[in-house]
Amino acid sequence: MSEAVSARDGAIGLVGEATVADWFALLKPRVMTLVVFSGLIGLLLAPGHLNPVLAFAAILAIAVGAGAAGAINMWYDRDIDAVMRRTARRPIPAGRIEAGEALGFGIMLAVAAVILMGLATNATAAALLALSILFYVGIYTMWLKRRTPQNIVIGGAAGAFPPIIGWAAVSGDIALLPVLMFTIVFFWTPPHFWSLSLWAHGDYARAGVPMLPVVAGARSTRRQIGVYTVVLVAASLLPWLLGLAGPVYGVSALALGLGFLACAWRVLTDRQDAAGVSQTGDRPARAAFKYSLAYLFLILTMLTVDGFLR
Amino acid sequence: MTTKPPHLSLAESEALQRRRRARNWAMLVVLVGVAALFYAIAMVKMAQHGHL
Repeated sequence: MSEAVSARDGAIGLVGEATVADWFALLKPRVMTLVVFSGLIGLLLAPGHLNPVLAFAAILAIAVGAGAAGAINMWYDRDIDAVMRRTARRPIPAGRIEAGEALGFGIMLAVAAVILMGLATNATAAALLALSILFYVGIYTMWLKRRTPQNIVIGGAAGAFPPIIGWAAVSGDIALLPVLMFTIVFFWTPPHFWSLSLWAHGDYARAGVPMLPVVAGARSTRRQIGVYTVVLVAASLLPWLLGLAGPVYGVSALALGLGFLACAWRVLTDRQDAAGVSQTGDRPARAAFKYSLAYLFLILTMLTVDGFLR
Repeated sequence: MTTKPPHLSLAESEALQRRRRARNWAMLVVLVGVAALFYAIAMVKMAQHGHL
């Protein structure tokens, strides 16, 4: 193990001598929050009963599985993380954790998470968890991310798996409602990330990541945000229209969707130059990004509330 | 009393020891937690199959 000394914020940084917080940061805890939340919603809405200990183990397995995928992602993306301002301080590019250690950590946690899910619940949930990890690492990180501006559209499926996994943990199968939850998270991902990339595209351009604003320009990205938001709002109403959720969810989904459409409209009509570059510091895109986070938490919460009321 | 590696200053050596100690404690907590979780899962599964 290397013991090269590097200065970081006036603190002493020793390669291979990372803090507990550095190892935890490898798990992408902010992404994990969303994954745990949507997995919990799937688990709560599924028919049947799961012992609380097993339910806790299932949620822990989903969280650890997502964290493992995040660690392997940081291992693979360490070269582009080093040149992006937003990610340059992550443990690997900052030199606090060696790349090989992060890879080993991620693989070990991924295997442990799938085994835990299998032991605590059933083979279907364990297989879906394994599939979601492989999808995030193999399809999104290694294949799509550096090749196509559609990276987050297809790759977004990886983040949409948890409600199905939570549902399968209880019921042992897959039904239409968790598939619709998957669809909602799937169509939510593009407007969420493209709003962020509208003002962070300098980072992606430096790293050579073909995010939509880098490849197609800001104007096209604003249009795409609008299109995907319309599709998202339509998809969000399906549980209600198909009779799988009641009016409490339906009215909430409609109100939240109208709010999202308003945000997308403001992004589209933001004061901009001929290339579509914002003259307002991308204020509408920043607002849309924040709104999208609240939107997903609220719409899934209302689906659960509605489920308990029915 | 701890001995410090020759290429590190005393402050660096102490920081290194602190990090290692914190990591060891975290590892202990994780291991105890995993053991407790697997014990609880085993108890629940056995109860579900009428072995308890």
